[in-house]
Amino acid sequence: MKMTPSERLDATFLALSDPTRRAILARLATGEASVAELAEPFDISQPAISKHLKILERAGLISTSQSATRRPRRLEAAPMGEAAAWLDEYKKFWEASYLRLDALLKELQTPVNASDKRKT
Amino acid sequence: MPAPLTVSTPSEREIAVTRDFDAPRELVFLCYSRPELVRRWLGPPDWSMSTCEIDFRVGGRWRFVLRSPDGFEMGSGGVYREIDDAVRIVNTETYDMDWTGGEAIVTVAFEPRPDGGTRTTTTVLYASQEARDGALATPMAEGMEVSFTRLDQLLQAEPA
Repeated sequence: MKMTPSERLDATFLALSDPTRRAILARLATGEASVAELAEPFDISQPAISKHLKILERAGLISTSQSATRRPRRLEAAPMGEAAAWLDEYKKFWEASYLRLDALLKELQTPVNASDKRKT
Repeated sequence: MPAPLTVSTPSEREIAVTRDFDAPRELVFLCYSRPELVRRWLGPPDWSMSTCEIDFRVGGRWRFVLRSPDGFEMGSGGVYREIDDAVRIVNTETYDMDWTGGEAIVTVAFEPRPDGGTRTTTTVLYASQEARDGALATPMAEGMEVSFTRLDQLLQAEPA
């Protein structure tokens, strides 16, 4: 299924918005694992885990290896990169603004001298 | 050296930006509430602010227009919903080019720090998750990229 960049971000952020799914991703970051292995640390049913895996798969955050019979899941890094890049743009705007605010605050706390009198 | 800024997504509809400043909160608050001060810091350094109007009272309107070096204009505005001197500002925010799918609610909290500085936390609550994610997959992000490349160079030239 082809998604627009915005839809991809929706899917990524939705997938990341749940603690169980984040824990699954953290587990997969250490290496591929079967559904049974992924379900093990959680006190929830395997169908519930499968549901989480489906959401992660839809976001492209994980993939299923078709070759092995136990069909292990593995982490896919690209969508995480897109989500991070998106947040990065936001961060840059504010970082740039706040550096200017730092300078302004510094100026406002400096006693007024003859060479720099401002009327407000 | 500036304090690090953190961006997080506390819920599916929110973005939060936290940053510490080396100034008392009354002063930081002032820099958010007076147009002549806001216009001196909001936006990357090579952007200009062609409009900066603030009617700083509950129910009062605000309007900002930021202009990128390559001429891209980004207008936004809203209404102040809550003003708690040196503590909190809550306002609505809508962009002219409605990428965000409706009105967002912006809360800026000012907290004193033990070192005499101030921590600001800006939380933007969007109308929906789609709105939040759409907010930056936008011309703003593209327009900013150009100016940020220059800023990156500038920052790299600056001793740490």
